[in-house]
Amino acid sequence: MLSALIALGVLGVLFGLLLGYAAIRYKVEGDPLVEKIDAILPQTQCGQCGYPGCRPYAEAIARDEADINRCPPGGETVIIALADLLGRDPKPLDEECGEEKPKMVAYIQEEICIGCTLCIQACPVDAILGAAKQMHTIIESECTGCELCVDPCPVDCIDMVPVRQSLDTWKWPAPPPPPYEQPDDSAPNPQPAGAH
Amino acid sequence: MHRLFQFKGGVVLKEHKKDSTATPVQPAKLPPTLILPLKQHIGTPAEPVVAVGDKVLKGQLIARAGDTICAPLHAPSSGTVLAIADHPVPHASGMSAPCIIIKTDGEERWRPRERNVFNFAELSAQELRGIIRDAGIVGLGGAGFPAAVKLDPGGRPVDTLILNGAECEPYITCDEMLLREHALEVLAGLLMMRHALNAKHCIIGIENNKPEAFRALDEEIRNSGADVEVVEVPTIYPTGSEKQLIQVLTGKEVPAGGLPIDIGIVCHNVGTAYAVYRAVEFDQPLISRYVTIAGSVAHARNLEVLIGTPLGNLIEECGGNRRSLRRIIVGGPMMGTAMHSDAVPVVKATNCVLVESTMHDVPLPSRDEYTMPCIRCGNCADACPVNLLPQQMYWYARARDFDKIQDYNLFDCIECGCCDYVCPSQIPLVGYYRYAKSEIWNQEAEKRLADLARERHQFREFRLEREKKERAERHKKKRSAVAKGGSDDKKAAIQAAMERVRAKKSEQDNVPKNTDDLTPAQQKQVNDADQRRREQSREEKIRESPSESKAKITQDRP
Repeated sequence: MLSALIALGVLGVLFGLLLGYAAIRYKVEGDPLVEKIDAILPQTQCGQCGYPGCRPYAEAIARDEADINRCPPGGETVIIALADLLGRDPKPLDEECGEEKPKMVAYIQEEICIGCTLCIQACPVDAILGAAKQMHTIIESECTGCELCVDPCPVDCIDMVPVRQSLDTWKWPAPPPPPYEQPDDSAPNPQPAGAH
Repeated sequence: MHRLFQFKGGVVLKEHKKDSTATPVQPAKLPPTLILPLKQHIGTPAEPVVAVGDKVLKGQLIARAGDTICAPLHAPSSGTVLAIADHPVPHASGMSAPCIIIKTDGEERWRPRERNVFNFAELSAQELRGIIRDAGIVGLGGAGFPAAVKLDPGGRPVDTLILNGAECEPYITCDEMLLREHALEVLAGLLMMRHALNAKHCIIGIENNKPEAFRALDEEIRNSGADVEVVEVPTIYPTGSEKQLIQVLTGKEVPAGGLPIDIGIVCHNVGTAYAVYRAVEFDQPLISRYVTIAGSVAHARNLEVLIGTPLGNLIEECGGNRRSLRRIIVGGPMMGTAMHSDAVPVVKATNCVLVESTMHDVPLPSRDEYTMPCIRCGNCADACPVNLLPQQMYWYARARDFDKIQDYNLFDCIECGCCDYVCPSQIPLVGYYRYAKSEIWNQEAEKRLADLARERHQFREFRLEREKKERAERHKKKRSAVAKGGSDDKKAAIQAAMERVRAKKSEQDNVPKNTDDLTPAQQKQVNDADQRRREQSREEKIRESPSESKAKITQDRP
């Protein structure tokens, strides 16, 4: 009886020590969920979600304070990915945040620019090159299209233009929906549902 | 007798090759303008070294290779550079890309010969690759990968060099005609490639529906006594695909995601060998190639075409009817792509121009308009030469489940179109795979951009934080400096400045002198002057703030 108690006690202490050690040795720094959410977000840093950047929004989602449908640049793809990750139901994009648009880049009309540096201060990814009283220009490859530079410009010389398509960015279109799936009012579709 | 192996699947197709092999190959007519896209190969675009208005000679370098995986461009004929601008290129998108456009002068004047090679065996592999690279040679079988890169095994031993003369797609006969007419040159080119690779064995694979080509090569090999094997392989589509031909000839399979060099094999097209021969022996860069013009044209045949010739010119030369033209396909019916315009030029990798008109339907694997639901018959899986499950991939592509579709090895798909061809429901399966592939590539590119944006955003935040700290530190230093040393000096300086201001002020406060003991007339003058001054100042006030002053004026006048 006593020996059994001692044996169990010793085992308990041993396992306790082991668990305690493991908790220190394999401690997870930071919140891995935030990292995962942040990896899905498009990193536009536009603030349309109401948070000052993608990471704060990711943290808010992880804390369950923000909904997953507040990222217009990410659109449906991001909402579905987040829903998948968090085991929630996907829902349509929150309209108060904005709408899903094709990817844009900022363009500075250089003959109008007065070199005030306000847009440089607004750019969240330092994608604008220029200095005080010098003409500014956008580094196109680094612009996320967040539109944050558009409002501060006092002479309204920044436009958002769609990203230029090239042979490298061109995508094969999805094949058109087959004829049997196209809506046809004259004849009811005889195809049973469930096949697709 | 060489032992042959089999790959799984594949289909037997109607050949349609007789029409274009009846007439010998002739050079195509010189077009008035040649359009040379800067990117005719896999890799980075070439960089132009000519300017608009420059005179160029045939074979002259017009764009150089800036990168390892790149191929230079040469003027296919003598003339003037008309423009360096965007022009539609042979691509499924129908988009434009930068091109050098040359107006030909009809003189066909060659640039002076720069190099003489009397015996290629004396050259090192490196030198030989340099010649091939400078000649702008890319894989002529269709993919257009720079040949010199593929001829550099990078220290890995090469057991077998395979020359691909299978040409398995219907209608295309340019390789067959090349072998029939230039078997000796192709053989010489093969030996040069072998020298560059230091390969132990050489095999030429030809499908058994080209007996003339086989006989021509066989004869040349026997005459020259070269240690090269020419092998007839069964005509099953897609034997002409690199990995399938390797499997048929050697029984070895190229690992998924790997290259043939991983198993000690290098595979080149017969056209590439011919181009290598011309480059080494005659110092001629790649400026022309054999192109099959077939389908709905009066005289289907092969022409030796200058790179950059617009497709419309070729079709016209072969008697194509512009009015009944429905579609131009570059490549074969199985893997080719439909062009959006006949102004696009022939590029280095163009092997066939297939014309479809209202009179002549090219039998394409599948037609969107006849698509029916999938009945899960599994024919596609049986036909797939790379052991994939086309049906599964189809569902995932439709559901945009791009993670799952990669689990089913989407990127091993060679887009041969066998699954399309056998599908009884005419589902455009390859269309779905191309769509899924480009979506995945796009997502990866976006991910890279997002990572870059994250990094830059984090750095900016770090920078702002650092600047704030530095500013705070500077302020602190200043404050402590004011509080501590040098306070007496500063105070004295302030005192002195205040003294100066006071002195100046008292100077200004001077009242006019000599105003005592004035005569009445003098007094009146002074009063008038004061009055004038007052009125002047009032007017000024009115001008400054009209409404206020007006009110004052009305008050002034009761």
